[in-house]
Amino acid sequence: MSVNRLNWRGRFTAMGGIIWREAIRFAQQRERFLSALVRPLVWLFIFAAGFRSVLGLSITPPYETYVLYEAYVTPGLCAMIQLFNGMQSSLSMVYDRETGAMRTLLVSPYPRWFVLSSKLIAGVAVSILQVYAFLLIAWFWDIRPPPLGYITLLPALILSGMMLGAIGLFLSSAIKQLENFAGVMNFVIFPMFFASSALYPLWRIAESSELLYDICNLNPFTYAVELIRFALYVQINWLALGVVVGVTAAFLAAAIYAYDPSKGLVGRRRG
Amino acid sequence: MSGPTLSVTGVSHNFGATKALDDVSLTVEQGAFVALLGINGAGKSTLFSLITRLYDNVSGSIEVCGHDVRRDAGPALAQMGVVFQSRSLDMSLTIRQNLRYHAALHGIGKREARERGDKVLESVGLLEKAESKVATLSGGQLRRAEIARALMHGPKLLLLDEATVGLDVRSRRDVVDTVRNLADTGEVGVLWATHLFDEVRGSDPLVLLHKGAVIESGIAAGIAGDVTLSERFLSLTGVERDEIAA
Repeated sequence: MSVNRLNWRGRFTAMGGIIWREAIRFAQQRERFLSALVRPLVWLFIFAAGFRSVLGLSITPPYETYVLYEAYVTPGLCAMIQLFNGMQSSLSMVYDRETGAMRTLLVSPYPRWFVLSSKLIAGVAVSILQVYAFLLIAWFWDIRPPPLGYITLLPALILSGMMLGAIGLFLSSAIKQLENFAGVMNFVIFPMFFASSALYPLWRIAESSELLYDICNLNPFTYAVELIRFALYVQINWLALGVVVGVTAAFLAAAIYAYDPSKGLVGRRRG
Repeated sequence: MSGPTLSVTGVSHNFGATKALDDVSLTVEQGAFVALLGINGAGKSTLFSLITRLYDNVSGSIEVCGHDVRRDAGPALAQMGVVFQSRSLDMSLTIRQNLRYHAALHGIGKREARERGDKVLESVGLLEKAESKVATLSGGQLRRAEIARALMHGPKLLLLDEATVGLDVRSRRDVVDTVRNLADTGEVGVLWATHLFDEVRGSDPLVLLHKGAVIESGIAAGIAGDVTLSERFLSLTGVERDEIAA
């Protein structure tokens, strides 16, 4: 009977179900969508406008001319949307674990790595919708990358979303309780965002602090931002691509390990 | 099918230096309603976490319909329906949406999920509530909805961990009756974990769990002998009367 559903067809039914649930929740939580949109728009409309005159940008790849600061910061804000989304889905997983919904997911007969990866993909799909909604509004704000860039951006968003989601997934296995999420904000989201190339080019940072420059270079978020930046201008940053893929693989493996009952961290705790 | 639906043999489990389970063995035959009785902290939830593979059983073996949960986790989990102690339905979805989600997690597509959903909801008396949001259900309805969900993929083994906690007397009786009727159909074996002595009938196979160890197992009436089950439990364990419920 049910054992013959343990094939790949059944697996994809399971993945479809996980994405479907995420989509319903997303549609029901309009505030979440709005706040995910308002956050980068505030940065774009207010912060970037104020910064425009302060910060001069030289011509650096992938840009072929001088660009306005708003245009520079847009890929960083796309990555920020995905960063918040990745951490938010890790928050929802901690919540799911406390309420027991995570257990429902984990008693699925499919391999745990597959179930967790499906959960990750569902979260990435939601973040991509948010990014495109943001870019649509930015277009009216005169941020207009080449039209083809919107297409080449998609694979970059999938990869960077996977990386940030995998980091979130790993954190969700390590966070003991929901209240610790404020700590994630302070110790993960903000440092990752500010110590990266999202808001200012790295050569600018090098001028003021070599140490900070090194930190930014070690921050995987920098590479997500650069991957998105180049893709939006129909180019590939190979270093960024390599780092993003590598970091995704590492954190996904760590998360799957952590959720594996025979090895992981989850099984070592009571309750 | 040959062999028991659930077979737990010599299972021990530690949390650090604390021994949560010590050499536990029990079996659930097809169509049986087996009561796992123990006061809070006896190790019931730990045992459930091991059977459902939330934790790994490092010693002993657990088999579901002949599938070892460690070596053969997929087929073992496919035969298992679980109602956890903590409530685990998605409150923002309707009952039917919850069932569809659960069905998908077991590889069952949308159309089949709807057919099965109607059937299992009818068996727990909730068909007319199918389109209701879970958040609008009463405690007893919520539990029965969780039982319906656990049955969606046609499991051979139904595990319920303190399924009546927090319910009023009538809802409790409804939930227990629902599960007993399921076992009576002969299609599922039930492991019913509880700390409430009055939920156990004299004819039930019973496993008494105390401080992580099985202190008695057999038919409930036989274990009780000529006193009540709770009195027998007190004399076996030496715990105070006010520590037990019912």
